Amino acid sequence: MVRALLLAFALCLSLSGADAQTADQSPPETLQTVLQRHADEVANPGRRSVSVVIEDLVASGQPNVATFLERWQDKGVFQRSSDGLFFYAKRQGSEYALTDMSTGDSAGTAAADMITEIRPNGGVRRVIGAALVQFQLSDPDPARRVAALDAISRSPDADQIEPLRASIDGEQDPELKRRKERLAGHLRARFGETTEDRIDAISALSSDLDVATRSVLNLILTTTSEVAAKLPEGVNVARVLKVGSDIPEAEAYARLVAADLAPRPVSDDEIKAALTANIREGRVGGLPVGQLGSRESRENAYDALAAQGAVPARVTAEIRTAALSSNVFYDAYADRDPQVTDAARTALDEVEARVARYQMIDIGMDALSLASIYFLAAIGLAITFGVMGVINMAHGEFIMMGAYTGYVVQLFIPDYTISLLVALPLAFAVTFGAGVAMERLVIRHLYHRPLETLLATFGISIALQQLAKNIFGTQARPLTSPGWLDGAWVINDVVQIANIRIAIFVLALIFLGLILFVLKRTRLGLEVRSVTQNPGMAASMGINPDRINMLTFGLGSGIAGIAGVAIGLYAKVTSEMGADYIVQSFMTVVVGGVGNVWGTLAGASLIGGLQKGIEWFNPSNTLAAQTYMILFIILFIQFRPKGIVALKGRAAGD
Amino acid sequence: MKQGFLSKNPSVLWFLAALGFFTLCVTVLSEAAGIGLISTSFVKTLGKTLCLCLVAVAMDVVWGYCGILSLGHFAFFGIGGYAIGMWLMYARTEIIVVKSLSAAAIPPTPEEITASVGQQIFGVVGATDFPWLWAFADSLFLQLLMVVLVPGLLALVFGWLAFRSRVTGVYLSILTQAMTLALSLYLFQNDSGLRGNNGLSGLQNIPGFEQTPQALISVWFFWASALALALGYVLFAWVVSGKMGSVVRGIRDNESRVRFLGYHVETYKLFVFTLTAVASGIAGALYYPQAGIINPAEIAPIASIYLAVWVAIGGRGRLYGAVLGAALVSLLSSWFTGGGAPNIPLGFYTIQWTDWWLVLLGLSFVAVTLFFPKGIGGLFDLIVRKGDQK
Repeated sequence: MVRALLLAFALCLSLSGADAQTADQSPPETLQTVLQRHADEVANPGRRSVSVVIEDLVASGQPNVATFLERWQDKGVFQRSSDGLFFYAKRQGSEYALTDMSTGDSAGTAAADMITEIRPNGGVRRVIGAALVQFQLSDPDPARRVAALDAISRSPDADQIEPLRASIDGEQDPELKRRKERLAGHLRARFGETTEDRIDAISALSSDLDVATRSVLNLILTTTSEVAAKLPEGVNVARVLKVGSDIPEAEAYARLVAADLAPRPVSDDEIKAALTANIREGRVGGLPVGQLGSRESRENAYDALAAQGAVPARVTAEIRTAALSSNVFYDAYADRDPQVTDAARTALDEVEARVARYQMIDIGMDALSLASIYFLAAIGLAITFGVMGVINMAHGEFIMMGAYTGYVVQLFIPDYTISLLVALPLAFAVTFGAGVAMERLVIRHLYHRPLETLLATFGISIALQQLAKNIFGTQARPLTSPGWLDGAWVINDVVQIANIRIAIFVLALIFLGLILFVLKRTRLGLEVRSVTQNPGMAASMGINPDRINMLTFGLGSGIAGIAGVAIGLYAKVTSEMGADYIVQSFMTVVVGGVGNVWGTLAGASLIGGLQKGIEWFNPSNTLAAQTYMILFIILFIQFRPKGIVALKGRAAGD
Repeated sequence: MKQGFLSKNPSVLWFLAALGFFTLCVTVLSEAAGIGLISTSFVKTLGKTLCLCLVAVAMDVVWGYCGILSLGHFAFFGIGGYAIGMWLMYARTEIIVVKSLSAAAIPPTPEEITASVGQQIFGVVGATDFPWLWAFADSLFLQLLMVVLVPGLLALVFGWLAFRSRVTGVYLSILTQAMTLALSLYLFQNDSGLRGNNGLSGLQNIPGFEQTPQALISVWFFWASALALALGYVLFAWVVSGKMGSVVRGIRDNESRVRFLGYHVETYKLFVFTLTAVASGIAGALYYPQAGIINPAEIAPIASIYLAVWVAIGGRGRLYGAVLGAALVSLLSSWFTGGGAPNIPLGFYTIQWTDWWLVLLGLSFVAVTLFFPKGIGGLFDLIVRKGDQK
């Protein structure tokens, strides 16, 4: 309240000094006395008269002006017929309970016919609302201050600059203060009184990058498309358009026609209609109807008709060219001040350059998260394909199995955090088991017949996919992520990244570390590597290659299961989700280089980065992005058939 | 020469005789001949099956004989279908457009016709202009040339790139699969110029034969498919026999040794790859007028994998095996998924074949790979060997 007082006082000073004298008079002025001075205007407010009242009210510095304005706006103010005094009133049965405006005390009751409700019309209410903004901007309730700021951003106005600026100093909430300052800057840039003031405000904007700033600058730079015989004086020209390169001829001519600078062209349809209407005894314009089957003959016939005066003449190519070359096409700024528009252009360029830089960072982060998803999906495959040379077309279905495991776990454990913690190891266990079973039953018999392994695992893949469809149905199942994964990490207006993607990135990092650790630092890893390099020698050293192969395959499949949970969290769980990733996973492994974890990492980064990079050029078309990416990969493999990280020497095998 | 080739390969004669007999039976029993024991739609299904057999034979040559597991031959099949589909759709729309425009008082100009045809064909994807892909769509001859040239050139360029850099084995399989995926993703776009996922439709209506009943047209296409299969079979049987066949099989069994013997392995592979691609394109051009519609989903990578499944089940490395496999699996597949197979009630659960057919197919595929690597064709070996023993 104190702040409201201060504000009213400040406003009082900033407006005319004449009213200040009246404040010295006695008896002391109250809200009622001010209102009585304008009794007619208050009782029957018109759009124009009301602003005088409001000005006076604000200038009076009365503490409860804001409340009055609100009640007035809400049709809560009544006038007593007997003495013409104003009250707040509320219906109580057949009577109204009156409240004194200054003190808020009860002022007795009045019968319905003794008082008149004051009903300002819509236009007046808007004026009152605008006046209220200055009070709301300093309202003690932060929610109302925010609402006032929202109202200003929605319909900015030159009148709001002063109240907004006045409220900045008193603002204590640093967040709101920043917002007020920024908004004041936007208003000044658009409605500032002097050119210097506006340029000053505009150049201050160039350090921002939010959408509102960009739209303010764009509004200042709004242009209209114009055409004239020669460039008029006093117009703030944005640019002169060259017909043919900057503006297509047809469009340019349409502009000429719209500006009445050239005759309207006769379209092919109109020619046809005119010819049809002028058929006389099977002939039009001297030509038999049967010969009108080409554009040229139709035009000749039409010209003949035009020569007779039956139809308006056709706009020939010469007229068209002459009209186009004798006029100037230009875009003009709506804002007349070239200094302002120049400053705004510079500021906008600066802002957009910065936005573009941040967008690059944003795309980089997107690419990183996509790469981690591909990495997770492909790393299991890299182990089975790279280490064992086994193509597992059912790898995608293991991803799907992991995702469905997560879904089923959520059916039993309602707490999403706990269910996620249960689902991750369980998915690993389920797919590990499935992988080991598949290795024992099928793949073991097909070593050294890679093409047949491919086909057999493909058979398993379609069977598993259809099984999942039979069990879970064709519609997508949700795998809900816990609440703490829902938000996004917002760095600024351009760069933000969803928590779930960060989590997947972290998961991918953990797995990278884990796999490197298992392969390089454990007994199992040593045995896996030895079996990879030379199974015969490994066997003669007492390593059981069967067991190692089984475990390796189980490990690769288990990781697919975990990847499935991760992918299911941000995409939908369907029976076809595995198929969506299988080709990409294979390409990740092949591009990266077989038999090497780092290769898979490189492949995933390349493919993820490439896909996002292509999407950046053509954001509306992800299908095209995928197409071009695959084409790139096909070409890439031509030049590096063994992938980015190629094994050398004997380990390369083949 | 021809005499010697056929006498060395009696199975070709047997096959041609069987195919001829089959064609005769279908023709006599079709609705067109008046008996109508075989419905028109089933004649079409049989005709389509013959086309699939032709791709399967091509696939068998490239995989079973040359050892290249191509997962992209259905893409060539689809390209053939698109190439002929463009002409069918253009010509038919043009006839309709000309008919409706000729109702006007003034004869239509070529521009009007083109614009109106474009409107009719591409309105569905929000475009009206003809893309450059359709430059030759008004000429049957040129589009027929496309049926052969486009798959051939694509296979030539792709194969040259791949074989030159010695991409082999599963790498090549994945690469061909990637090519198929890229093509189908491209076609799925609305601005690909081929009507996006709407594909081309109304292909069963042959321009110029509006008055001919479908029963008769279906038989014509059946004959054409049978003829194509017969010619393709003989051609491929010739390719895989003799010295050339030996080299091709040598490449399958040990590519390096063949190279060390002085043969230019890449040329042989490229020849086989391109020739089979062209055959696939022709098969596609015969298939889709019978199917009536083609869309990018037909080219999806899974289709090419099914092709490999047919050949594997039929028996690799023997041409009649591929024909058997393709015919059997594709007919069974449409029988099961079309609801032809009776459901099996188990009391607690009813096995509906529309749901379980793919599970059965997948598992039987695993079983074939594991236990009958020679496929159905292997059974013939058993019979022949028994005959020898007697």
